[in-house]
Amino acid sequence: MVHVSATPVLALRGVSKRFGAVQALTDVDLEVHAGEVVALVGDNGAGKSTLVKTIAGVHPIDEGVIEWEGKAVNINRPQDAQALGIATTYQDLALCDNLDVVGNLYLGREILRVGVLDEVTMEKRARELLNTLSIRIPSVRIPIASLSGGQRQVVAIARALIGEPKVVILDEPTAALGVEQTAQVLDLVERLRERGLGVILISHNMADVTAVADTVHVLRLGRNNGSFPVKGTTNEQIVAAITGATDNAVTRRQARNVEAAK
Amino acid sequence: MSDKTTLSKADDEPPVDEMAPAAVEVVDPRLLIREEGLKGYLTEFKRKLKGGELGSLPVIVGLIIIWTVFQIKDSLFLSSTNMVNISFFLAATGMIALGLVFVLLLGEIDLSVASVSGLSASIFAIFSTTHGMNVWLALILTILTGVGIGAIHGFFFAKIGVPAFVVTLAGNLGWNGLMLWLLGSTGSLSIQDTGPMHILGQRSFFMDQDIAGAYILATVGVAALLVGSLVEQARRRKAGVPFRPTSEIALRAIALAVVAYVAAYVLNKSAGVPNALVIFLVALVICDFVLRRTTFGRKVFAVGGSIEGARRAGINVALIRIAVFAISGGFAAIGGLFLAAQTYTATLAAGSGNLLMLAIAAAVIGGTSLFGGRGNVWSALLGMLVIQSIQTGLDLLNMNTSIQYMITGAVLLAAVVIDSVSRRTQKTSGRA
Ligand SMILES: Nc1ncnc2c1ncn2[C@@H]1O[C@H](COP(=O)(O)OP(=O)(O)O)[C@@H](O)[C@H]1O
Ligand SMILES: [Mg+2]
Repeated sequence: MVHVSATPVLALRGVSKRFGAVQALTDVDLEVHAGEVVALVGDNGAGKSTLVKTIAGVHPIDEGVIEWEGKAVNINRPQDAQALGIATTYQDLALCDNLDVVGNLYLGREILRVGVLDEVTMEKRARELLNTLSIRIPSVRIPIASLSGGQRQVVAIARALIGEPKVVILDEPTAALGVEQTAQVLDLVERLRERGLGVILISHNMADVTAVADTVHVLRLGRNNGSFPVKGTTNEQIVAAITGATDNAVTRRQARNVEAAK
Repeated sequence: MSDKTTLSKADDEPPVDEMAPAAVEVVDPRLLIREEGLKGYLTEFKRKLKGGELGSLPVIVGLIIIWTVFQIKDSLFLSSTNMVNISFFLAATGMIALGLVFVLLLGEIDLSVASVSGLSASIFAIFSTTHGMNVWLALILTILTGVGIGAIHGFFFAKIGVPAFVVTLAGNLGWNGLMLWLLGSTGSLSIQDTGPMHILGQRSFFMDQDIAGAYILATVGVAALLVGSLVEQARRRKAGVPFRPTSEIALRAIALAVVAYVAAYVLNKSAGVPNALVIFLVALVICDFVLRRTTFGRKVFAVGGSIEGARRAGINVALIRIAVFAISGGFAAIGGLFLAAQTYTATLAAGSGNLLMLAIAAAVIGGTSLFGGRGNVWSALLGMLVIQSIQTGLDLLNMNTSIQYMITGAVLLAAVVIDSVSRRTQKTSGRA
């Protein structure tokens, strides 16, 4: 299923980030390939959102290198990330309730025709985009307010795709959704992968993660705590890495080995 | 995964293999799909009403009630002369209300518009009468003063973070003070009945009272709607997106035609269409275009809907706010000139009394929400029709100002109640 090209689209090498006295990220590595879904998991405060924000240009990194298609790049502002082809959907979707779906999808980058909003072209492209993603919404001309939570989430994701990004970051897209709606979003994540996009998916839900991710990347207290292929890794192993149980197990075993060697 | 397909690219069609699964339109079965044709139009209309999307309906019903009551009380009410009166006097406050619609769309309020309108009359009088400046130049400078004043309000609101109602309340007092100070020595200044001031006055009618004038206006309006709708329909049909059925377009055009030609006929029985009203209508058309067809208008709605959403979309929220308050100030100044042209004087009383409340009431009564993000410029016209009808009707019945105030207050309250309740209904039916 997974097609992984040799050079990752996006790679973080030894990234560190400090907020005053808090060392939020220490020496973090992360790789995302085209057509790969990387789940980023970890306890509350593990640094997931911070990591995502460094990639999205919200917080510039202190140390380390961010590589884009093999070349080191500087991402200092959100615009830098967007220009590279990184699209981010934050947990609070920040859609405009009073505007319709087309209006929201194209907000801030409206298509014009002789200086005037080209509603017909925007509507046509919006329908094409939603159709190819098999996004089920009643009409592209109803206000966002009349959509369900899941439908809003997929609109927000579709909005991120208008700029034709290569990497899409989804921060907790299913956190507030019901079963059916979550399924809808996970379907969409799979379709993004089929289109050859790299996806970073932050989630608290192990079921979601194992359903769609190719790789699970665990952060613990701002550090890498393992990267697992989803196939061949049990939920227990991942949970252990998140809670730090492996940490203890590993250290204990190492300690035992050291003792045995004596 | 041999070929990496990019997302639907700028102008080319998505590849065929991508379109294949999408060829069958995916529609949620639980959704109420609109039926084609006239029947669909009616069921959709009923559904919208139930969902609290009242739009202009309450104001139209209200207008019919008001006109019926006044006509029963005084048979002169629906006479041509009285209708010409109403259509002339509504333009001035209507201009102020039009500027307020922009502010209300942001979910804010501008309490300074009446004072700014009074100030603009005296500034114009000082420029043109005291200094003998060219009237057109004086007119432009006066409007720019209003724009500048609005921009100052916008700056304090958007950049400093003072709540809009406080800034404009301060402006309400301050600009009124400035006007009193400017007029202080003389008390009032006369304005000459020439050039733009004549056009805005009571004796100026479209095409000099020619019967054809009103019908030409009506025809242009109907033709513009018809042609515009048909062109849009053709483009949409070609692009393969849903379009208005011809029956609906015809229905709308007929409705507008009936209203426009009846109005033209009635106004023509006395003097025709006042030029002040024509200018107001032109301003409405322009503002409607700006709000619905330009990126600026889209940004105004976006900021009114969600500030954070607008900001994330890269919209300069502060700039939009300043621009909107500048627009409001500009229209307040224009309204002030319209009012000055009613008496050809700039007086100490200009902008006082219930002018502010009437302007706000007009925008809200017409259907623009106080909560931001919902409304249109036509509410300034519809709301003013209601307000001016009440005023003129009570004048005909020789009612006191006291009664006028109470009735207008009650109408405003009713409008706000309808706004709040319909917003709640929209929320529960998932449309807010
Ligand atoms: N802007 C900030 N200023 C100071 N500390 C921050 C800031 N953002 C995050 N942190 C800290 O960084 C750590 C990681 O937070 P976060 O990335 O939000 O974790 P997660 O998303 O994994 O729950 C936390 O200790 C948090 O307090
Ligand atoms: Mg977080």
